Amino acid sequence: MAGATDLLVHWPIRPEAQDKTYLDLSAISELRPFRWTDVSLHIGALTTYWDILRDPQTRAEFPLLHEAARQVGAIQIQSRGTWAGNIANGSPAADGVPVLLAYDASVVLTSMAGSREIPLREYYTGYRNSVRRSDELITSIILPRRRYDFSVFHKVGARRAQAITKVGIAVTREAGARAANPWRVVASSVAATVRRCPAIEAFLASGALVRVPSDFFASIDADIRPIDDIRSTASYRRTVLARLLYHSLRGVSATVV
Amino acid sequence: MLRIEGLSKLCGAERYLDDEPLEGPLKGCLWGMTVRSPVSRGRIRDIVYGAGFNWSEFVVVTPDDIPGPNETYLIENDQPVLAPGYVRHMHEPVALIAHADRDLLRRALASIRVQVDPEPPVLDFRVPPRPEQIQRGTDNVIKQLRICKGDVEKVFATAPIIVEGEYETGAQEHVYIENNAMAAWIEDGPAGDVVVVRGSMQCPYYVLNAVKHALKRDETRVRIMQSPTGGGFGGKEDYPSTIALHAALLALKAQKPVKIVYDRSEDMAATTKRHPSLVRHKTAVDRNGRLLAQKIEVILDGGAYVTLSPVVLSRGIIHAAGPYSCDHVLIEGRAMLTNSVPYGAFRGFGAPQTIFAVERHMDRIAQKLGISPLEVRRVNLLKDGQTTSTQQTICGGTDRHALLERALGETDYARLLAQAEEFNREHPYLRRGVGIATVLHGAGFTGNGEVYLNSKVDVAGLPDGRLEVLAASTEMGQGTNTVFTRLAADAADYATDDVLVGMPDTFRVPNSGPTVASRTVMVVGKLIERAISDLAAQLGGGGSPLRGKALKDAIIAWHRVNGGGSLKARATYTPPPNVKFDDKKYIGDAYATFAWGVCVAHVEVDLRTAAVRVLHFTSLQDIGKVINPTLARGQVQGGTVQAIGWALSEELKFKDGGMANNSLTNYIIPTSDDVPPIRVLFHENPYEHGGGGAKGVGELPMDGPAPAILNAVAHATGCDPLAIPLTPERLMPLLEATP
Repeated sequence: MAGATDLLVHWPIRPEAQDKTYLDLSAISELRPFRWTDVSLHIGALTTYWDILRDPQTRAEFPLLHEAARQVGAIQIQSRGTWAGNIANGSPAADGVPVLLAYDASVVLTSMAGSREIPLREYYTGYRNSVRRSDELITSIILPRRRYDFSVFHKVGARRAQAITKVGIAVTREAGARAANPWRVVASSVAATVRRCPAIEAFLASGALVRVPSDFFASIDADIRPIDDIRSTASYRRTVLARLLYHSLRGVSATVV
Repeated sequence: MLRIEGLSKLCGAERYLDDEPLEGPLKGCLWGMTVRSPVSRGRIRDIVYGAGFNWSEFVVVTPDDIPGPNETYLIENDQPVLAPGYVRHMHEPVALIAHADRDLLRRALASIRVQVDPEPPVLDFRVPPRPEQIQRGTDNVIKQLRICKGDVEKVFATAPIIVEGEYETGAQEHVYIENNAMAAWIEDGPAGDVVVVRGSMQCPYYVLNAVKHALKRDETRVRIMQSPTGGGFGGKEDYPSTIALHAALLALKAQKPVKIVYDRSEDMAATTKRHPSLVRHKTAVDRNGRLLAQKIEVILDGGAYVTLSPVVLSRGIIHAAGPYSCDHVLIEGRAMLTNSVPYGAFRGFGAPQTIFAVERHMDRIAQKLGISPLEVRRVNLLKDGQTTSTQQTICGGTDRHALLERALGETDYARLLAQAEEFNREHPYLRRGVGIATVLHGAGFTGNGEVYLNSKVDVAGLPDGRLEVLAASTEMGQGTNTVFTRLAADAADYATDDVLVGMPDTFRVPNSGPTVASRTVMVVGKLIERAISDLAAQLGGGGSPLRGKALKDAIIAWHRVNGGGSLKARATYTPPPNVKFDDKKYIGDAYATFAWGVCVAHVEVDLRTAAVRVLHFTSLQDIGKVINPTLARGQVQGGTVQAIGWALSEELKFKDGGMANNSLTNYIIPTSDDVPPIRVLFHENPYEHGGGGAKGVGELPMDGPAPAILNAVAHATGCDPLAIPLTPERLMPLLEATP
């Protein structure tokens, strides 16, 4: 347990949660700082949203981290909640995970047997399931330093603050075409996990013209599996995803007109 | 004047029951919890207490432990205190358990299984029940009411234009800041033991009557005290009777103090909500928009027991025609029994539901005729001398047409409209709109209700010359104590420091009626003034009534002569002259007076997400004389915020008849960031029969915002929303279908 913000919300009324044993990492100060190398940003296991919000360099290089951090809970949660905890909790409605994915982050998992680095896009195996073994801790998150000429993050909640994401997107376009496709599109709350959307990315790179939001539906349907739940409906999530993509990319991508 | 208990609230010195230390009468107190039904309807087969607990350490109460009738005293007494072998709604109380260890109690509660043979529940009040779903009479109708003026059918037969519409509103949870909480203990008294109940409540005498009835005791052996109460909004009108009885039954069985404090999820799931409604309008109009005939059908979801539904329906239908003049009106209302948690009192008490319908309908009439929403209101707003649907002649000197014009002027309405239209031409995905609603709210109990209540207030002269107001009206955050102090000080020409207003305690205060229906300042405030003037006249010995220092000196002198005596004057309610209501035919003066209001909403709709944001809101209210401007503004702003939530985001989601989103995470009330600047304007026209010249202010602010906001959304987007809450999920399909 790091910031414990997911755990403590229901603590008083969930005796079964109290019966478990927890390992409290919060006093291990080595896990708190984040650091820069020439090629990457290393976020510590205990780095909070607030740590990032206070840092001008991350704002300049990874602006979506700031966009997302500002919209997590309220200041109290931002000052306790951690990026690694957001990954570990595994909610499909996570706000930190989409922007990390949009920046092609990887996760360092450490156990007594050593460390391994896993791309975040391969981390989740299903709803609240991941490749992390029970003897492993997330000890850092690595973001490669690349140039982006476009990035956007949208969180759609049921109100303007203190809301859980009903549908969200994080999109980046890498400058200088290092890869064949410069687009990274991430969607949240529309599948069992926060996920990259390869069909939408391919559609954006294909040169096909997008004249109305519904032109995105074919690729959206290939990428996501939204459901009806207590917070929203599958149909709303799908429609909003199309509308957000359309209005965010209109004029940014030459093909979205 | 500063709020009396403001400083102690601000610095945390005032404690809700949950925060009180377990000392004094609560020493050695047990915690109480409630075993609840897991289904919406059925016969209880068994209650299985989990293994692994030493149940002899627990106090367990079942219906057999109730000394008197297993009934919660209210209009029809049909709601049991604990379900007697049969449950009618999810989370219905079935049994009670208590233990000194709260955590252990919580685990023990979770181990209990209530086994029920389910029967087919009614979960949709709009659909006629099937035979196997009938649970009351032949049709599940709790109450049916009718208002008839003129002959609507005759008008419809020849009417040039008819406009119809069907409008729906959802349930709403009160979300008072303090959950329901109650403590009970046993004390010795001269006539035997006394059951003392202390807790969060709006109406101490409702609780007293309920405890007396089910415990078969008289009022000398039951004592009810209010503890500092964190909000009510109607949610602590009738429900506290239930939890008070639960605490009292456990305390009697344990012969120890017992405290029951609901957590948020239990409070949201198990306590009352605002009645969902379906309202149908059929209206005949001429080409200028004049109302020729209004036929209105009002259907409320009453929930599993009668509780307050008949009177909510009554207020609902009386407000259903809006503040308009029409010669031919037929309103038919019914409240339906369903297997939901009983719906109860909530700020506005049926009126916000029917006003939502009529105010949306007026805009749709205007749309159909191609005239402006202002014009259709200008043509129809009541003038003094005209009559309401119950044929009450409106008088009192407030010019509703002038109110409307003032609201339009203050908001620069025409410019707002033009700006919105210009903005919409430019912006790729935001749409702005402006909407209006004109509203009324009857102050005090409906019809002859205030006469039946027969409210009483005592004012005592204390040995040091100060005055004490003795009333059962409760402070719950709205400012009762501050306003009572002001009214008493003004009536006696006293400094406010020389007036005391105590916490209600049924051993000390007479029944001044429930703290509901926007009646406290208007009705009870007037009784305070009368009691003081009686006291002053009494001490003046036939000369002119004493005031100020002379009164104070006379009180001190009286106590010197009558050492140890009690100096009190009592005022009892008398209705204003010429107020008459026939509660069989629903004809006459439904309320002694009405308060009036105009709301203007300015909204922005995001076409990407279908989210509606209220950019600015203006509320102009005629509430008689404003006694405390800060508190009155607070009432209007708070009511507006609560109505914004009801209109846009507060949606109860049900699973198998129970509330599924019973948490503050998933039941979406507005945050400060969702609330616009709210401009509050008052039109002051003193009402001679109200305390300090005031009419009611508590509920009127809840009436206008929802229709004003939806009218603005319709203006912004060109779509036609008819139901609230207008969540993005509900609006998006309408946007998708709008070219």
